[in-house]
Amino acid sequence: MNIEHVLAQKGGQVFTIRPEQTVREALAELARRNVGALVVVDGRGQLAGILSERDIVRAAARDEALFDRPVRELMTRELVVGEPGDDLRVVAHTMTERRIRHLPVVAGERLVGIISIGDVVKAMRDEYEGEIDILQIRVAAEHP
Amino acid sequence: MSRPGTEAHPLRVAVIGAGPTGFYAAEQLLSRRDLVVDVDVFDRLPTPYGLVRYGVAPDHQKIKSVTAVYDRIAAHVRFRFFGNVEYGRHLRLEDLRAHYHAVIFCTGAQTDRQLGIPGEDLEGSYPATAFVAWYNGHPDFTACRFDLSQEVAAVVGVGNVAVDVARILLRSPEELARTDIADYALEALRHSRIREVHMLGRRGPAQAAFTNPEIQELIELPYADATARPEEVALDEVSRAVIERTRDHTTMKKVEIIQSVAGRAASGKPRRLVLRFLVSPTELVGRDGHVAAVRLVRNRLETTSAGSVVAKPTGQTEELAAGLVFRSVGYRGVPLPGVPFNEKWGVILNEKGRVLDPETREALPGLYTAGWIKRGATGVIGTNKPDAAETVANLLADLQAGRLHSPAAPEPGAIEALVRERQRYVFTYDDWRKLNEIEVARGRAQGRPRVKFTRIEEMLAALGRA
Repeated sequence: MNIEHVLAQKGGQVFTIRPEQTVREALAELARRNVGALVVVDGRGQLAGILSERDIVRAAARDEALFDRPVRELMTRELVVGEPGDDLRVVAHTMTERRIRHLPVVAGERLVGIISIGDVVKAMRDEYEGEIDILQIRVAAEHP
Repeated sequence: MSRPGTEAHPLRVAVIGAGPTGFYAAEQLLSRRDLVVDVDVFDRLPTPYGLVRYGVAPDHQKIKSVTAVYDRIAAHVRFRFFGNVEYGRHLRLEDLRAHYHAVIFCTGAQTDRQLGIPGEDLEGSYPATAFVAWYNGHPDFTACRFDLSQEVAAVVGVGNVAVDVARILLRSPEELARTDIADYALEALRHSRIREVHMLGRRGPAQAAFTNPEIQELIELPYADATARPEEVALDEVSRAVIERTRDHTTMKKVEIIQSVAGRAASGKPRRLVLRFLVSPTELVGRDGHVAAVRLVRNRLETTSAGSVVAKPTGQTEELAAGLVFRSVGYRGVPLPGVPFNEKWGVILNEKGRVLDPETREALPGLYTAGWIKRGATGVIGTNKPDAAETVANLLADLQAGRLHSPAAPEPGAIEALVRERQRYVFTYDDWRKLNEIEVARGRAQGRPRVKFTRIEEMLAALGRA
């Protein structure tokens, strides 16, 4: 199973924010969309970073008045990105090892989606459950 | 009116497509103790089981035993099957909306991905899906012809479908004669002159999509020797790093199986399998309008940012002489009339099985999807069970929230009358049970699992309806 199979059932929407927007706007968007991270995209549509709940918590511990600061100052710039054809088993390892909870997905230069560690766990669980189910049926057929 | 789901007002759901996913969706609905649900399953073919009947290879009967599970689901008193009834032809979306609270589209991935290279449409180049449907006796493919007078075939792709195609080409007529392969395909394959099958993978052995039992079986065929080039199956540094990092024993085993044939000389079996890796076709070269060769470029492997392995062309090329080419590089769903489609991924536009309005991205009341047309072609048959369960859970949540659609004519008789008015030859599950018995009886006489009906007229005649 690849990243594209996860994106196929996510409705294709990616929630983004621009680097110059404020943390207040980012929080409102996170709450409205009920998501844990926003992809930061600049005016030219280029991927600039990612802003997660974790980034905001970390900044808030140091600065209680962060609401008016621009997203640019808080976002994570060192991005790990996925590609639609990336194998989920490998992606699952990369995400757990590097403690990444949200992975933007790009095709060429274009942002095409974002997957969360929850999406990956669910897809892997479905795959394993399916394999076990079929193996059980096969075993039952061979040993009636 | 009260919420549907009671004896007086059952929840009525239409399932489009009687493949594994359609059955799993029906099972999820019918097994609810707290709800009374009527499930009508429609299929454009007269017979149920979808790819279990027309996709799973004829020499893999054990996998087909999953149909016993589907028969148990179909035995439920509130399950009805309408075979030979096609969505978009006999039934439109507004017909379903008039008769059901919800519709679940489970139509699978019905077309293959193109290679996108010159020469792809030459005579002698075919989608693997067409060959699979043909040898399995799919009624839409009985008229297909494949040029089996060629001696060398190339199969582009290293998934389990590619393995099926290679295996069928490499089995002896005697081996095939013990299966439920379509009679006409058996006859055509008896005269096959194929001596050599090359399977082409763009990445290395560690990235091959086929599963271990499938490749093990393929390299041990009684009628064909297997070989591979040592330099193409050696584990490269990039792949070794990924395997070690993920401690992936299944992949390690797969590489071992493939390496076991590296440099292996022929033992004298009549046919030969050549496993190729790190090559991508760049052109099918024609002679007089027919495929004569596949031009290949050698690839090297690189790691992406997320850690998976991709192939990059090196510029080094070669030509493989082959008069028959099957492409098996993935599948795509086909858009259904009136149902929003996501072109990017080749699926119905959906979020966890709820069909979305392309404008607002809001769920369209009462419309759902499951299986390959929901997530793309991936996973084994059983993967569709949790997939269908997710869709049905969302459907039932929408029922609780009062978000389902209210049909004008929810009586079971109304839709049946409409269907029979539009299609004279509807097949019920009882019809299928009779056909099944006849097929199995015909097979028993020949020492085969069954002899399939491959034409709808034959099926009608066998049921005394023609």
